[in-house]
Amino acid sequence: MGVPSGELLRGVEPVRPSRRKLQNKYKLFLLALPFLAVTFVFYYLPVSGWIYAFYDFIPGIPLSETPYVGLKWFRTLVANPTQTGEVLRVLKNTVAMSSLGLATSVFPVIFAILLTEIRAGWYRKFVQTLTTIPNFISWILVYALAFSLFSVDNGVVNHILVQLGVVSEEFNFLASSSHVWLTMIAWYWWKSLGWGAILYLAAIAGIDQELYEAAEVDGASRFRKIWHITVPGIIPTFFVLLLLSIGNFVNNGMEQYFAFQNAMNKDAIEVLDLYVYNIAFANNFPFATAVSMLKSVVSVILLFAANTLSKVVRDESII
Amino acid sequence: MIHLRKKLKPGDALFQGIIYVLFGLFTLSCIYPFYYLFINTISSNDLSAAGDIKFYPQQIHFDNYSKVLRISGLSHAALVSVYRTVAGTFLTVGASAFLGYLFTKKEMWGRQIWYRSVVVTMYFSAGLIPWYITMHNLHLTNNYLAYILPTIITPFNIILVKTFVEAIPPSLEESAAMDGAGVLRSFWSIVVPLTTPILATITIFSAVNQWNSFIDTAFLMTDTKYYTLQFLLWRYLNESSSLAALIRSSPDMAASVQNMQTPTSVRMTVTMIVVLPILIVYPFFQRFFVKGIMIGAVKG
Repeated sequence: MGVPSGELLRGVEPVRPSRRKLQNKYKLFLLALPFLAVTFVFYYLPVSGWIYAFYDFIPGIPLSETPYVGLKWFRTLVANPTQTGEVLRVLKNTVAMSSLGLATSVFPVIFAILLTEIRAGWYRKFVQTLTTIPNFISWILVYALAFSLFSVDNGVVNHILVQLGVVSEEFNFLASSSHVWLTMIAWYWWKSLGWGAILYLAAIAGIDQELYEAAEVDGASRFRKIWHITVPGIIPTFFVLLLLSIGNFVNNGMEQYFAFQNAMNKDAIEVLDLYVYNIAFANNFPFATAVSMLKSVVSVILLFAANTLSKVVRDESII
Repeated sequence: MIHLRKKLKPGDALFQGIIYVLFGLFTLSCIYPFYYLFINTISSNDLSAAGDIKFYPQQIHFDNYSKVLRISGLSHAALVSVYRTVAGTFLTVGASAFLGYLFTKKEMWGRQIWYRSVVVTMYFSAGLIPWYITMHNLHLTNNYLAYILPTIITPFNIILVKTFVEAIPPSLEESAAMDGAGVLRSFWSIVVPLTTPILATITIFSAVNQWNSFIDTAFLMTDTKYYTLQFLLWRYLNESSSLAALIRSSPDMAASVQNMQTPTSVRMTVTMIVVLPILIVYPFFQRFFVKGIMIGAVKG
């Protein structure tokens, strides 16, 4: 990496005039202050907006002129059966897609292990380079690609399927709600599989080569080497990432679902984040705030649960 | 991971064969969409609208690009996208480098608290509406600053820089301090040159993020002059009326009939224009960010 290790010099406190140190103490803070202010403004200040969940706020009217309604918007979640049904539907989608994501989170591990098994170095490099490209395009672009490949009128996939006689009529992949959970997870992995594997490739590269040589001498087969050396070598990385994703269980993000949503698949694609966006766009600000408040609280609880789990299981904390 | 050259057993050969094919297919699926889009934009619009272009271009022409680029809203949106990418990336990289470096200074007043308060922001967010209301109160709606100010502090970048700087031998900075270099001087002359690999990584992450950003436009900007390419593309994909208007208003320069713009051709061309910068820049930066993420992964 070009930077020599400083281990030898660590812990050897150099002799320095202490007046300089004192000066530095506040000077360094003042230098950091503008950036800390930016952090405060864009990350901490918005939390004050949670207050809107307790008012009958209508955009355009100052908060001071709107009535305080206490927990009205939180009660709406359970008071009105239609509303409760909506929230349950959205929760079902959120849980389903997050669970599918968690269940398939071994994909990049498998990808990385199999990729290191490839003997031709140029082919490994070729695969690794090209499969990371989709990670760098936005979900809007992914949707644009999906649109040109899978649409009914002129999508190439439908044309080929019809010509081969696999289907008799063009299938509307993008507007069907029946497979939307599966197509969403498929697009997700199309976009992020190659990139996700990079971390594991790094972890595998860090495994002591002598272990493999010793196993070779002992006559271990390819699969035994993978199972007894590679897998234990990357399990710590896998667990850290898994626990972090548990903290994000209710945050699926919304860009992907936002890009792919349409009138036909809306019922099955609306996850919490997208739901908040959709009700916010319908100008129901207080209710949207209440839902995202609950979401944040659940996230923090999950994060701490995952952290505790990590402490118990691996004696290591993730935050 | 052992790649000693030796004769393959039949089982191994089969295994190798299978993974070669699997990876080949997945790699193909990752790049074919881009290729498909490209050959369609340079082929006859009639054929591509009918879905007849699949593997190679036919009746090549470049009218789509020259016409789509002449749409006024689109070229302005391209400028906005370029502006936010350049300015946003510049500020983000500068701030990440400087703050990440400052956080390595043990003598800073309250360092641990400040550092944690920045890192913690990776794990919580106030939510869409509180964020929107705050941005509105700060007068960052319909304002170019909304694109570049909020990204300045990106916790992940700061962690990357901090861990990287901590691996630099302290003696380097000590000797500079002996020679009378202050914090700013040693940041500029010692830390920046030594952290170029990680700064390159942050540059590409930040540039890609800026180029791809979309939600902020959807929320904060109502005036068309703030629209970005991504936002326009999304509108063209979803609102057939805006696309029809676009085709009507585009200057029709006596094109031969088979090169008439169709909704499909405009959609595909715009997509290609948005994706091209990434495809062009990607090969040059690929080795940097792979290295960068590996450093981050191994150390972090």
